[in-house]
Amino acid sequence: MQTEVRQARFADVNDDVVRSLVVTGRNYYIALGIAGFVTLTCFFFPWFYQLYYGIGAAGMNSPTVWGTYLASFIFWIGLSHSGTLLSCVLHLTNSEWRKAMYRSAEAMTFFSLFVAITMVMVHIGRPWFIHWAAPYPNQMGLWPNFRSPLMFDVMAIMTYLTGSGIFIYMGAIPDFAAVRDRTTGWRHHLYVLLSLGWRGTDKEWHRLGWAYTFLAVLIIPLAVSVHSIVSWDFALSIVPGLHQTIFAPYFVVGAIYSGTAGIVTVMFVLRKYMNFEHYITKLHFDNLGKLLLLLSLLWTYINMLELFTGWFSGTSTEYEQLKYKLTGFYAPLYWEMILFCAVAPLLLISRKFRTSFVPMLILSIAINIGMYTERFLIVATTLSRQYLPGSWRVYVPSLVEISILVGSLALFVTLFLLFVKIFPSISIYEIKETMGVPKKHGEHHDT
Amino acid sequence: MNFIDRFMASWRKYRKPGYYEEFDYAWTMTVDLDRCTGCGACVTACQAENNIPIVGEKELGRGREMQWIRIERYWEGEYPNAKLSFIPMLCQQCDAAPCETVCPVSATYHNQDGLNAQIYNRCIGTRSCAVYCPYEVRYFNYYDHHWDAPLEQQLNPDVTVREKGVMEKCTFCVQRIRQAKDHAKDDGRRRVKDGEVQPACVQTCPSEALTFGDRKDANSVVAKKMNDPRAYHVLEETNTLPSVVYLKKVRANAD
Repeated sequence: MQTEVRQARFADVNDDVVRSLVVTGRNYYIALGIAGFVTLTCFFFPWFYQLYYGIGAAGMNSPTVWGTYLASFIFWIGLSHSGTLLSCVLHLTNSEWRKAMYRSAEAMTFFSLFVAITMVMVHIGRPWFIHWAAPYPNQMGLWPNFRSPLMFDVMAIMTYLTGSGIFIYMGAIPDFAAVRDRTTGWRHHLYVLLSLGWRGTDKEWHRLGWAYTFLAVLIIPLAVSVHSIVSWDFALSIVPGLHQTIFAPYFVVGAIYSGTAGIVTVMFVLRKYMNFEHYITKLHFDNLGKLLLLLSLLWTYINMLELFTGWFSGTSTEYEQLKYKLTGFYAPLYWEMILFCAVAPLLLISRKFRTSFVPMLILSIAINIGMYTERFLIVATTLSRQYLPGSWRVYVPSLVEISILVGSLALFVTLFLLFVKIFPSISIYEIKETMGVPKKHGEHHDT
Repeated sequence: MNFIDRFMASWRKYRKPGYYEEFDYAWTMTVDLDRCTGCGACVTACQAENNIPIVGEKELGRGREMQWIRIERYWEGEYPNAKLSFIPMLCQQCDAAPCETVCPVSATYHNQDGLNAQIYNRCIGTRSCAVYCPYEVRYFNYYDHHWDAPLEQQLNPDVTVREKGVMEKCTFCVQRIRQAKDHAKDDGRRRVKDGEVQPACVQTCPSEALTFGDRKDANSVVAKKMNDPRAYHVLEETNTLPSVVYLKKVRANAD
């Protein structure tokens, strides 16, 4: 690792990062064009169709009134979980290897949250009234229902969005200033605005460091609470298979798990296509691989516990739910999830696997496919087998739903592609901190 | 100290125990399964009374039928010895309703009559109430439904027509209850008399399997029927405290 970082010299860092913002190749435009086009045709058109005709465009039916939209919502919230959380934890533990990857990880958080909120809009029947779920003084004199886990959700997600938004922005201020000093034209004006008059004085560095740590401490419990609250949307019901106390830690672990896998995917792409080979190294993949292994074991354990509590409850409804989950209509998906999220990650035990890039990419994508399946199953298997056998019914997603699922992925990619051209996707100043300062500069703020 | 005492006193006054049980009325329906023939007249009556849309064959196949009261059928055994049992299922107007706690906008709430009310205009369509309901009696408007030319003439003017994206369910014909209360007030009475108000399904039931009334009135028909040893609640173990009481079917050859 040492030798690889050495290759990138102190003076090159600014150039490398500014180049990634300013110099735009043909491939980038092609990628952006495709992503934007897919977003428009697969996400927005079907959504408008659904808004016009009604939720009936999706495949939901009477007992299974929630479908892939809600599964996507949990998935995106989950994906959002690791970025900022991981970045905060690693910041507080002074992990050097965080510095090359945290900006893109935090961006992933922010955009995943954005897509998740969009999925809520797609999910609900009358999205034009969604503001009713927020507490605000209004002429009607009405408040939201403070007992509702869905209302907790609105609060938690908005808090998390605000917190992680401020966190990513604040960490980037010195970089905006660095880019400001090296760009001309409209970019210069943009970064003048974004850098908030940063001059790089000792006082400013001190305040930034203090505020950054403060926010990091604030965001860690927030990240845990957000997904616990998302799990309560399910766990506070009395639906067999959902009404479980394990759900909050289950969702948090699942979220961090899929989020970490997401980071591996994003890092691979950044490394390969943004020419950041010097900064994102085998060390990062090795460490993330270890984290993934730990999380996969935790996740497997909680899954086993879920089966155990179902069996231990001794009620016929829970038994039916278990039987249906393991052998029913959705069972192939269940076993696919077990294969991708519990069995395949055991490969990470080998260091050779962890430090090879392409297998890590494949595994990270497989984990996220498995995790999406998990979210789908949480909704579909439980809701299609509830108390009254008279209303059991299987749910299959419609074409509109699948299209919106693909489109939401494209929406995320589009947002991310726009991000890498506006935000320095690697933290300039923190990379420099890891490199050591050339003698000439003398004093340097060291953490 | 003084302030705390005063605060606690007013808090106790506000949160008096059993607050939720002190309804003006406690409307209750009893379903005598011994009398029920499963004819489905209640389903039709409900459809006519409450402007429930006919979703059509295709939507029915996709499991989106709307029947605020439905007859659930259960077959036991193979063909020659097949036994059919059925049970009318409608909103149980639970006193501890899971659907009420989950609605983020309080579109469903408990009113002073002990009814589980639904405000269509407030609903934003999260459908979480339908998930939380163990009886599966909440129906979602997947589309805007319309009634072809002469049929819109038969819509009940006392009931709203729901738009797409809104959840709906049995209201115990709240419009009739409201009317009965108004009549009682006009007559100078404080309370509605037993038997003065009936939901459409109860009114229609040819075998009088359904009865409706106020269980707070000890002399009402439902209060007496509730004391029947056959009385039970469906899914009692979920502790939702339903307002619909079923009377068990007694079989000649009990097995």
